[in-house]
Amino acid sequence: MLFGFEWDTTNGWTLAVSILPILMRGLWVTLQATVLGFAIAMVLGLVLAALKAAPSRLVSWPARGVSEFLRDTPLLIQLFFLYYVLPEFGIILPAFLTGAVALGLQYSAYLSEVYRAGIEAVPRGQHEAARALNLAPRRTFSRIVVPQAIPRIVPAMGNYLVSIMKDVPVLSVVTVLEMLNVAKIIGDRTFNYLVPLSMVGGLYLILTLVAAQGVRRLDRALPKTGIPLK
Amino acid sequence: MTDPIIRFDKVAKRFGDISVLDGLDFTVSRGEKVTIIGPSGSGKSTILRILMTLEDISDGTVWVDGEPLWHEKAGDGTLKPASEAHLHKMRGKLGMVFQSFNLFPHMTVLRNITEAPVQVLGLSKPEAKDRAMGLLDMVGLSDHAEKYPHQMSGGQQQRVAIARALAMRPDILLFDEPTSALDPELVGEVQEVIRKLAYEHDLTMLLVTHEMRFAREISDRVCFIDKGSVHEEGAPEDLFTAPQQPRTQEFLRAVLDG
Repeated sequence: MLFGFEWDTTNGWTLAVSILPILMRGLWVTLQATVLGFAIAMVLGLVLAALKAAPSRLVSWPARGVSEFLRDTPLLIQLFFLYYVLPEFGIILPAFLTGAVALGLQYSAYLSEVYRAGIEAVPRGQHEAARALNLAPRRTFSRIVVPQAIPRIVPAMGNYLVSIMKDVPVLSVVTVLEMLNVAKIIGDRTFNYLVPLSMVGGLYLILTLVAAQGVRRLDRALPKTGIPLK
Repeated sequence: MTDPIIRFDKVAKRFGDISVLDGLDFTVSRGEKVTIIGPSGSGKSTILRILMTLEDISDGTVWVDGEPLWHEKAGDGTLKPASEAHLHKMRGKLGMVFQSFNLFPHMTVLRNITEAPVQVLGLSKPEAKDRAMGLLDMVGLSDHAEKYPHQMSGGQQQRVAIARALAMRPDILLFDEPTSALDPELVGEVQEVIRKLAYEHDLTMLLVTHEMRFAREISDRVCFIDKGSVHEEGAPEDLFTAPQQPRTQEFLRAVLDG
């Protein structure tokens, strides 16, 4: 029994049907971790991209260093650090939050590169036209650069959204009850790993296909020339 | 040459080790239409880009409307490098039409033209729209206000770009090879608009082009630039029919035969 649901071990099929509601609990946690982690990554990534593009090297170099560190060290190490080391300094976060922050931190480094590439892909002529018209730099950024950068950013962002979802099972090592962890517990208790793990694989496949399809639709819905301003 | 609105005083421009402008002296009078010709890499476009503050200068002084463009006067009367506020003020006197139009692809034609008048000059939206519609009428595109640039031909886009530059009411309008990116059959409609501007407005116009016949037709004066300085200048009928310098003769022979 888990989360108040009993399982039926008569055969594989009855087991599958009976544990589906339990796995759904895990799936819900997986989705929450994905969304929260990605939200953190989107915001932090933007901050990191802005810092890396700062004119002062005193700002841009440390930002680049942090970004490299986050990208080039394994997620698991970052997660352990947040979960086991921070409490030594009196910072104790719930496991779920720790996991979401770890995902958010690592992906913020990836997304900062996505933002940078999207912004740099806006042709120089657009900046020059804006300058010739005397538009203020901030106005140029918000009204000329960002609307043209978004259609270039969205597809790459979508790939990272799928990727962050596939990294959520790593959080099981710090006791987060996401889908894989739930399946493993069911396996431990029923001595049947085949059924729950197969189901997790299948559910993941459905999730990623749906997400990829959503991203493709969004990409197609966005005009290639930029977000229209009438 | 009374009342120069533009004056280059021993201006040098270097990109790393490459010298693009080398001690350039050059003036344009108020209301004058001047065409700059010369081989590619001679620094023609750089002159326009310096005026539009898209490139800074390495040495010398540029004067626009009696004020230094890339400098401002310090308290003791000496010149110090210009602040962004000074550049902002000076840019208001100039407008530019680019070779590749550089319209904002995510904005309608109307929005392309009204954006800066509203944001920079502080016009109300109806005022800006009135001004834009008047200019679109002038360039023959009043029916196209709600279109996006990609729905138009290159010639139409360039005419919109001219209207967009004029909407800021500049004293000086810079044309950087405005017809070079166009299919041959679209060159005429853009030249027609520029011709009308040259004949009917007291705007100061500075044009970089490879269209010699057009240059001859609309210019008060033609400047031949080579290796970063003015090699020869004069009224179009003189320069085109009886160039004095061997380099000018050679260049004109090459482009007019080709």
